Amino acid sequence: MAEAHDLKVIGTRPVRPDGVEKVTGRANFGADLQLPGMIHGKVLRSPYAHARIKSVDVSGALAMEGVLAAVSRSDFPEETDDLGRNVIARDKVLYHGHAVAAVAATTQLLAEQALDAIKVDYDVLAPVLSIDQAIADGATLVNEQMHTNGDASQPASNIAAITKFERGDPEKGFAEADVVVEGEFRVPMAHQGYIEPHACTATINEEGKITVWCSTQGHFDVRTQTAAILGTSISKIKVIASEIGGGFGGKLSVYLEPLAVKLSELSNRPVRMVMNREEVFRATGPTSATWCKAKVAAKKDGTITAATAWLAYEAGAFPGAPVGPGCMSVLAPYDLENFSIEGIDVLVNKPKVAAYRAPGAPQAMHAMECVIDDLARELGMDPIDLRLKNAADEGTQAPYGPKFPAIGLKACLEAAKAHPNYTAPVPEGCGRGVACGFWFNIGMQSSAEVLIREDGTVIINEGSPDIGGSRASMCLMAAETLGIPYDRINAHVADTESTGYCNMTGGSRTTFATGMAVVQACEDIIAQCKERAAMTWDIDADQVDWDDGQAVPKPGVNADVDPLSLADIARTWGRTGGPILGRASVNAQGAGAGFSVNWTDLAVDRETGKVDVKAYTAIQDAGRAIHPAYVEGQMQGGAAQGLGWALNEEYIYDDNGVMENAGFLDYRVPVASDLPMIDTQIVEVPNPTHPYGVRGVGETPITAPLAATSNAVRDALGFRVSELPMSPPRLLEAIDSQEG
Amino acid sequence: MSKLHVTTSVNGQPEEVLCEPHQSLLDVLRDELGLTGTKEGCSTGDCGACSVTLDGRLVCSCLVLAAEAEGKEVGTIEGVANPDGLHVLQQKFLEHAALQCGICTPGFIVAAKVLLERDPNPDETTIRYWLAGNLCRCTGYDKIIRAVQDAATELAHEA
Repeated sequence: MAEAHDLKVIGTRPVRPDGVEKVTGRANFGADLQLPGMIHGKVLRSPYAHARIKSVDVSGALAMEGVLAAVSRSDFPEETDDLGRNVIARDKVLYHGHAVAAVAATTQLLAEQALDAIKVDYDVLAPVLSIDQAIADGATLVNEQMHTNGDASQPASNIAAITKFERGDPEKGFAEADVVVEGEFRVPMAHQGYIEPHACTATINEEGKITVWCSTQGHFDVRTQTAAILGTSISKIKVIASEIGGGFGGKLSVYLEPLAVKLSELSNRPVRMVMNREEVFRATGPTSATWCKAKVAAKKDGTITAATAWLAYEAGAFPGAPVGPGCMSVLAPYDLENFSIEGIDVLVNKPKVAAYRAPGAPQAMHAMECVIDDLARELGMDPIDLRLKNAADEGTQAPYGPKFPAIGLKACLEAAKAHPNYTAPVPEGCGRGVACGFWFNIGMQSSAEVLIREDGTVIINEGSPDIGGSRASMCLMAAETLGIPYDRINAHVADTESTGYCNMTGGSRTTFATGMAVVQACEDIIAQCKERAAMTWDIDADQVDWDDGQAVPKPGVNADVDPLSLADIARTWGRTGGPILGRASVNAQGAGAGFSVNWTDLAVDRETGKVDVKAYTAIQDAGRAIHPAYVEGQMQGGAAQGLGWALNEEYIYDDNGVMENAGFLDYRVPVASDLPMIDTQIVEVPNPTHPYGVRGVGETPITAPLAATSNAVRDALGFRVSELPMSPPRLLEAIDSQEG
Repeated sequence: MSKLHVTTSVNGQPEEVLCEPHQSLLDVLRDELGLTGTKEGCSTGDCGACSVTLDGRLVCSCLVLAAEAEGKEVGTIEGVANPDGLHVLQQKFLEHAALQCGICTPGFIVAAKVLLERDPNPDETTIRYWLAGNLCRCTGYDKIIRAVQDAATELAHEA
């Protein structure tokens, strides 16, 4: 792997290749496409959180002038999976907002009006609205066919799955300890809150060839999912990813695309569908509400002897809460001999949860990092010293099995201890809270093609939707590898028929895995350029070096020739075998785990319960920061989302399972005036499996802020508030009850 | 329902549009005039992605009826750059990596431009409160605030 001091381009902060398009309004996002003859689709959504559908009649809508198509469950294959049942309800509606039917009309307004003409006959059922209700004896079943872990010998249950990790003897560890602390924590359902609502346009021609334009984190996944839900072949579908206005995991699953295709088929028109914000809240995302119990024990010197965690996650209406990743993350920062972790995946009548940035980790780590903070208080230790004493390091076996290779947790903790924001005293009237963050990161499959223009400039074709500057990272890694200037390279997110298969932009995999493919495709280019130079010079290819963007004879080779640049080789490629293109595909293994340390100083107004965040610092191991400004941006953005979740954001439901705050006015994400500058420090412990040492950086940033904020509020108030969000009414109630 | 004939000016160019009485300025800009740089994030005036100017005043175009643009000057993101190149704010947003996904960026730039026209030397708190009507979910605002501060400094030097 290249050492940091050898790098010329990686680590610089150039303007992103797609930047001008995005600051001028030229960039096309999901809702920006206009096609000739295009009409507008809208979805009829369930007014009940739980009901059996007796009948759906769309004839009234179809009778309206200007309504060109209407669909309901009978228009889709009966055999389908949970995603298909989420896209359009079959026997039951399972949450308020569940899609029941859709129409397409010549105007948006007409489509909305046509929804009123659809008749749906429901048999309303009692909704299951919390983990407590769902796991109680005799609970109403969200899905009568659901058996825990698929074990049909047991009665049906709302618990879809139980996950367990165990090592050593926790009871023995607790018995040996001098101090034991425990706590129980609740985190509410929260939404990813991307600013761009879901949007797509679909068209189908007379031979059944489908084209979908959409805002997605993975257009190859849109192809797979849409084909499955429609019962057609992926070979019939081309998906073009628009620019994407935020996703954070919430744009990995289809919601609208199969409906738009079906409406297009029936109307013989291109159909655009765009959700409004209310639909985004009621029917997409969110992430799980959780109920977590954490317990940890230590010797007087701070050595942790045992820890246990019990994690209950709301999956929404279908199984699949991110409780597995929660179990993987909850104790990942610690080197432990004795622990047990149990997680349960619980069905409730709420939207099907979607991935949200390090899905499952923030809630579980909130619980454990709060308890670790309490342990530090009991022991009278600095919270960073306690973590350093027990920190996972290279060779530590992760709670979920593998041994960590080189990781940067200790480096982050040491950097925190030495940071001026940490050595500075806590400001008067404030509390300070520290927490560790972690995400395992993933690799998976990516492809890249590197095309050379006849002037020697370069185009990268790849399949990872650029959600936060990844084109710039690809260009930087290509520039470094090829040895040419950054501004001679452009990166293009190609559609499903113009580049090799690529998994989604998610799991913090893009710069790691797609970056690996880009580097290898550039190496393919270099190998070919050496051959072309050898041919030109009439020597063997193994006598040629690639040095600083040029082919040169190896030292000692007797050839009196001038170096050949990429442009030189391109100019004469007609004489050496024709155009040059490079390619590579990977199933990338060894995504390095990403650790972080965050702390915040904040004040609580005891009169109003309002928290004022005075300072926030995030330190994270990036492996190597390809474009440091975008790495900092991930750290700052994750901190802001975490602060929002800790302090204000929550799904508020009434007793009927209707979300009461489905808009940005009442579901309040942080605004500019809520936050301070967010200080960052990037630590670089290179990931040995990536050619430049990259670790994923996108998700780790949201895993520490919930606990850091909770611990700071604990420090400020002198007692712990164990339920999030710590919104003004909840804090005021806690303060009042504490002060009697 | 008959359509309304609206005569307005968008980015200095006279425009005539036929619109429905209920249509918002946002819908008319995007769907009738093809100016899709103005984005729709909520349609309730909470996110600021649809920020435009109306006779120089910052508004959410989702909360303005298209008919209200009659006789007025509308300014959108498409009118911010000039023939010589990007506006300083646009350049600073790029240099500071003040955008990740970029959906909120047009709204922020339109809003920040109005701020700097009114207050060429705003402090951080002023910038944060002026931009509090524009939601960004990616950046945590840090780099946006710095870009606006830097643009203000550069504009002051140019003046």
